[in-house]
Parts: sequence; structure tokens; C-alpha cells
Amino acid sequence: MKFSRFAALFSKECRQIVRDPSSILIAFVLPIILIIIFTYAVSLDMNHLKIAVILEDDSAPARSLAGAFLANSHFESRVSADRRAFERDLVAGHIRGIVIIPRRFGEKLRQGEIKPLEVITDGSEPNTANFVQNYAQGVWAVWFGQHQALTGGTLTPTPDSETRIWYNPELESRHFLLPGALALIMTLIGTLLTALVISREWERGTMEALLSTAVTRGELLLGKLVPYFLLGMLSLTLSVAAIILVFHVPFRGSFLLLGASGAVFLFSALGLGLFISTVAKNQFVACQIAFLAAFMPSLMLSGFIFEISSMPAWIQYICNIIPAKYFITCLHSLFLVGNVPALLIPNMAYMAAVGALLLGLTFLLTRPNLE
Amino acid sequence: MPALVEIDRIRKEFRGETAIDNLTASLAKGRITGLVGPDGAGKTTLIRLINGLLAPTRGTVRVNGFDAARERAKLAGFIGYMPQKFGLYEDLTVLENLRLYARLHDVPENERQRQFEKMLEFTDLARFTGRLAGALSGGMKQKLGLACSLLGRPRLLLLDEPGVGVDPISRRELWSMVNALLDGEMTVLWSTSYLDEAERCESVLLLNESKLLFSGPPAELTGRLQDRVRLLRGIEGDRRKLLARLLDKPGVIDGVIQGSALRLVFAADAPCPSLASLGVERDARELIPVQPRFEDAFIDILGGGPGGRSELAERFEPLPDDGATVAAAHTLVKRYGSFTAADRIDFRIRRGEIFGLLGPNGAGKSTTFKMLCGLLRPTSGSAEINGADLQRSGPEARRQLGYMAQKFSQYDGLNLLQNLRFFAGIYGLTGRDRDREIDGMVDAFHFAPYLKANAGDLPLGIRQRLALACAVMHKPAVLFLDEPTSGVSPVTRREFWTHINALVDKGVTVLITTHFMDEAEYCDRIALVYRGRAIATGTPDELKEQVRSADCPDPSMEDAFIRLVQESDRQEASR
Repeated sequence: MKFSRFAALFSKECRQIVRDPSSILIAFVLPIILIIIFTYAVSLDMNHLKIAVILEDDSAPARSLAGAFLANSHFESRVSADRRAFERDLVAGHIRGIVIIPRRFGEKLRQGEIKPLEVITDGSEPNTANFVQNYAQGVWAVWFGQHQALTGGTLTPTPDSETRIWYNPELESRHFLLPGALALIMTLIGTLLTALVISREWERGTMEALLSTAVTRGELLLGKLVPYFLLGMLSLTLSVAAIILVFHVPFRGSFLLLGASGAVFLFSALGLGLFISTVAKNQFVACQIAFLAAFMPSLMLSGFIFEISSMPAWIQYICNIIPAKYFITCLHSLFLVGNVPALLIPNMAYMAAVGALLLGLTFLLTRPNLE
Repeated sequence: MPALVEIDRIRKEFRGETAIDNLTASLAKGRITGLVGPDGAGKTTLIRLINGLLAPTRGTVRVNGFDAARERAKLAGFIGYMPQKFGLYEDLTVLENLRLYARLHDVPENERQRQFEKMLEFTDLARFTGRLAGALSGGMKQKLGLACSLLGRPRLLLLDEPGVGVDPISRRELWSMVNALLDGEMTVLWSTSYLDEAERCESVLLLNESKLLFSGPPAELTGRLQDRVRLLRGIEGDRRKLLARLLDKPGVIDGVIQGSALRLVFAADAPCPSLASLGVERDARELIPVQPRFEDAFIDILGGGPGGRSELAERFEPLPDDGATVAAAHTLVKRYGSFTAADRIDFRIRRGEIFGLLGPNGAGKSTTFKMLCGLLRPTSGSAEINGADLQRSGPEARRQLGYMAQKFSQYDGLNLLQNLRFFAGIYGLTGRDRDREIDGMVDAFHFAPYLKANAGDLPLGIRQRLALACAVMHKPAVLFLDEPTSGVSPVTRREFWTHINALVDKGVTVLITTHFMDEAEYCDRIALVYRGRAIATGTPDELKEQVRSADCPDPSMEDAFIRLVQESDRQEASR
């Protein structure tokens, strides 16, 4: 290990990064595009769900409840007395659900007899069906509370549960998605970019020229690792700034810990990138492997979009080996909760271990010759 | 002479394939040794074995007394290496590349500046220090590669095909630069597939199909052919037909067309040849002895070239000998932005003529070529094949045309037979026609043992045949050949030209691009393309005649090329 040789490789790599528009694109432009997409295009919140309210009763409370549905912003409701017309709409997918306010609703309410509301939903889209179900339940519960207060009724409130949402009270999905997007961005820089740059050296024949000099494999690996580590941290800083300052996602933890967890995740991502590029010696294959081994798992199996706890057990085991999962846990807790050392430290330790393992393997697999 | 590199009975295998087979040789200190052979002969593998990038499967390579593979660390700085693929960073400038390699070669800080200056002066790159390496011309790239490999003052310089993709002028410059390095301390190994370069080396290693065929001074090899090479001049009638006839004579082991003459090599045991013994008294005027060349000797070692018969051409119906214009370029211009790739190119090619576009890489040969076969739209002017403009006419006109691309464009993942079927399909051959043509190709090229082998695994010579088969299966009237024989062994090249000559005899018209001077000799006429312009057009003999002077009484095709290009540069400068 000789510092001057490392410095030569380091400055070479930096110049190449600066001169290659694609690395600037991946490190600085792509993150901003991803953040914008996750802010505006991908939203897990549902508004303006089209439903039908069947008003079979003509009493004042029944009409008041129907009015509550009409006024709610989650729903775009149409009211009718006849349910048959809407069944066809539900089948055709024009509406997402039907809420039925049954005959003699007002009368039964007066007598203190309360049945749960009947809600018909379209189960072919389970996610949406759940939303309709839950929102309708919510509208009913709120209306019932107000009704009790107005009429001075003494009936026990129906809702079996009362929901209080911690950490993200507005249930804004971008507060949850944008921090997760950071993991995706760091995967792109850490794994995709590094996987490409080493295989490019093989393709262009520069690796052969490097190997014929006095350079050692440690110098070679560090010469790749350090520049891209710095690039990744720079991109992380930019993305965090954009998320907090421009898109107003709350941040409740410490920046130091954010930096530290970002650094260990980047370490593991770079490890994977370098590993891929030593195995695949051409850019096309490296790119394919990077997408399959890093990008897709970070997107699908990290808890970023899909909840891990609702996956089959064997997939959950796979999720457990993906570093992005641990980084996303750290990110969610730092952005939405605050510093929770008991959670952060083991997660960071795992990412560091994965990085060390992959880099160790890469070092062993890196040959100082062409064999 | 002490040996700096000792190669002792080495063998190198890659996944069961032998790349170097039982090779013993040595490189003398302070000498330049040529490593000569066609593509795939094992040259690159041998160079990598010498600098320890590969370890031999058996045997040892010792450099300056150290085992090249096991004691590589001790040889750091001793060897300078220039890989075939340039090995420099195209997105770094000339100076940045030099600086990078200086530090990687552990050149001390205080010495760097001095070495840079020396290298920049040596390579004449001082004016371009700030230019990105990717923006340099082919010749300048190679010079920069050479400069980088010389940093740290190695004692052994390994150059892997430095002349590839470089025009003859830059090749000569590189050659004299490397020769200037030989100060008694520096030892150079120069690998090449250009056999004329071999003649200039003090010593050569001749490799073919992973075997060492010869090791020693080139004159020793060519000396074996003393008195066995003749030039047949003053030929009346068709020299191609005459060559085909002579190649089938016993005693004639090789023959090539050299302008309007024929160059013939005779077997060692053949009686002294004369016009009468060859039976050509009425066809030619004189048969004069000439100096043997390295290529003659190479063919001789390989047991002689192929005969003059082309089973391929026998399948072709003769076309009318009407002298019609088959292909023509009318003031063709192609511009890319402010860059003019082809500038007012004009020529006409008659039926049964071989027309060559000769020029360095990037001169505009391929651009002209592509405009002719309708692959590129000219900025102005027009091109026609058989009277039709391929830009506008339909597939029928295109069926008249066979095209063999520079890199054989067969599918590596398909086997030989599948490739033939695929190309037959492309040309619209179906049913019995298709089967007949495929069987014909298999017979004509002796493909039978290779039918099930993937094209990617075929020996280079067979791939070459396959590429030709795929281009001529539909019996085109015009054949386009883009650098068809670069890197193949001379025997394969002979075989290829036997087919082409016989096809031309049947009236097929051939347009060929090449930077090989030998190939240029086969042409009836040549357009010398340089910087987008056809700077000279004529028969090979006419071009040579143009540059004949007192200090160059018998110019070769390469001399003609270099002088005509220099002349054009001078005119450009004085304008």
C-alpha cells in the first residue's frame, strides 16, 4: 500500500466522475427526479373514492348520515334510494363501494338498536376496498358521536376501537416514502454506479494496463471505494436537504446519526457494487445484476413500499438479509420518531457487517493478474 | 548475446483450449524481437505470460532471472507494457494520463517533470498536453500509449500490436521511435500481424495456431527461399486466369497478384523455372528472380498456399462480358455538422472489375462504402448500383448485392449451419433453392466437419469462409468487402483471394476497402482516400509510378501511399 499510488487512482477517478455526465446524472439529477416522483406521483393515500350511498330510510338521522358521507373529502358520494342501479356500477368498476343506510334506520336508532353499517366493496382491489371499509367506518363513528352529543343520547358509542396515529398523524404517505427513497438513491449510486465503473475498465482494456503497473489490489479497491463514497455522501446531503427544506418532511432525529447510518449503508452498497463488477467483467451484465441484486430488492423487499410483516414468512427471511431494510428502518425512525439508539445501533452494525463481508470477498476475488 | 527473457517449454490452456503449445524461446538483451502471427495465434497470451499477467499451465518464463508469474512483484518497474486495447483513459487529458501512469509506476516526484518533457518531445505530443486522449487520432493514441509504458524507464518493453488501426505513416513513426529506444539496455518485443513489419526486426518469433514455427533472424527464414521467388511480368490477357492456372501447376507453392504482375513461389525441389517450363511463353514476357519476403517464407513453412481452383465460383453462371458500369459514385458528399467525412467522391466501376478504396482509418472509406450500398444517405451527390439508387429503390436492387462486413457479422450463438440457413432466409431463398445453395456452400468451402459448431467457437479461418459464404450465397452481381482479410493467416488470405479472383472471372464486380497494401495489389484500380477525399485514383502500377523518384526507384504500394498522402498534406498546407 503506497499513498502516492492511491492518490493517483483517487484523483483519476474524481476527474472521470466530473467529466462523465452519466455519473453526475445518477448522483444529483436522478435523486431529485425520484424525490419528485415519490412526492407527487406515488401516493398511498386515497382521496375522492367514488362510492354510492343507498338511502332506504327517509328519517332525519338517515339523511344527516348521508350528508356526512357527502361532506367527507375521502369520498365522492352519490345518493340514491335504489340499490339496484349501483350494483351494476360496482360490478363495472365505476364505483369503489356501496354504503347502505337501511330501512327504519332512524326508528331503530331511536329505540337504541344499532347495527353496524353495511358496506359493500370491490374485493378485486383489496387495498382500495380496505380504504373504503375503514373510511366508511370512520365517517359512521364520527357522525354517531356528533349525533349523540346533539340528541343528548345515552347510548354507548359503537366504534369498537378508537384510532390514534402516532409519528405521522396526518398519515401523509410522503413523510414515509421520501426517507425511504433515500435508500433507493444510495443503492443507485453505491451499487449501480460502481458496478459499471469497474466493468468499464475491463471493457476498455484500462484494467490490463493498471494491472501491469506496480499497483496492488488494495490500492485498486480503495481507489474506487473512496471517490464513490464521497459522491454518495454528497448526494445524500443534497437529497436530505431537498426532502426537509423543499418538501417539508419532518426530521426528528440527529443529523449526525443520519450521516452515520447513511455512511454504513453506502459502505454495504459499495461493497455489493464492487463485488458485482469483479464477477461480471462487462457493463451490460454488471448492470443487469445490479438491478436484480440491489435495486429491485431495495424497492420491493425493504419495507420501503410493501410492508414486510404482511409478506409470507420465507420472503421475510429474504428481506432480513437486505441491507436496505435496515437502512429504511433507521431512516423512518430518524425522520418520524427521533433518535432511538436501541434500534439504530444494531441496524447500523448489521449494515457495516454486510459491507465488510462483501468487501472482504471482493478483495479475495480480485486477482492481481488476468487469470 | 545474453538472454533477458527465457521461455522454457511453456504451455497455456484456457478451459481445455490450448493457447500456447510447448513453446521455448528467448529474447536477446538490447534487441528488438518481432512477435509475428495472424490473429488468434497466441501472441497476446504469450505477452501476458511474459509480464506475469497470466501464469503458464506448464513450464516457466524467467525475466531477468525472476519467475514472471510467481515473482512478479520483483519485476515491477522492470517491464513496460502497452496492451492492444490502448489502455489509456479517454476521458483524461494527455498530461493527466502521463501523470497517472508516472505515479502508478512509482516515478519519484522530482524526476517526473523531466521524464514528461522527454516523453512529450519524443512523441511530439507537447502541443496536445491538454487534449483528451479520446480526441487524439489513432496514431497519436498509440504514441501516448507508448509514452505511458515507457515511464519509470523499463528495461523490457512489451508492445502488443502497436500498429493495429494506425495508418502506414504513423506506423513508420512508431517504428522509428521504438528503434530509437534501443540503446543497448532496452529490450523490445513488438507483436504484429503485419508480416512486412517482421522483416525489419532483428529477430522474430513466428507463431501460428499456438505453435512457434520459427525463431531467429528473419533473413534466416527468407534465406531458405533464395532463388525460389519469381516475378512474372508483361502479362498478356487476364492475369487472374493465369494465376489460377499456375497455382495448380506442380512446383508452384504460392502465387499472388502484384499490380499487373504475378509473384510466384516455387517448391524447394522444383527445377529451375522458366517461361517454357511453366508453359506461359505466350502469356507473359519475362520471369525475373526477386527477393523473397517474410510472407513467402511464412506460407512456405505452412506447406504452401491453396491451389487456384474455386469450387465456389464454379457455382456461378458467367455474367455477360459487356463492360457495363455496375457501380458509380457521382460527386458523393457526406457531412456531419462541420465535419466532411466524404468530399466529392467520384468513380465508376465496370463489370468484372476489382475496385479498392485504400486509406487510413477514419479517412472516409467506410462512409463512401455505406453510401454506395444505401446504408447512409449522402448529403449531396448520388450513388448507383446496376443503374439503381439504393437509397430509393426496393429490395430487388439490394438482392444484387453481397456484403461482407469488417467484423464477421455471423451470429456467435448459432452454429454454422444455422447461420447459413439464416442468411439464406434473409436473401429470400426458400425450399429446394435454399437447400441446394446451402449444400453448395458446404461443399465449396468444405464445411462438413463444422456444421454443428457454434460460429463463435470456429477457428478464425473457418469463420472467414463462413462470412464469405453468407455474403455470396444468393449469387450477387456486386460484392462489397469491408477489410475482409485483416488479421487472418496468409494461407486463409490466399484462399479468400482465389475465390474472389474466380468470381471476378465470372463477371462479379468487387468493391473492397482495405488498409492492407497487399490487398491493394489485387485490385484493378484503387482510389486512395485521405481526409474524406480521393486524392489519387489509378491502377496499383500507376500509383506506384506517380511516386517513382531517384531516391525511391522501385516504390512499394506502401511507399506510394505514404508519398501521396504527404503530397496531399503539403498541398493542404500551402493553400
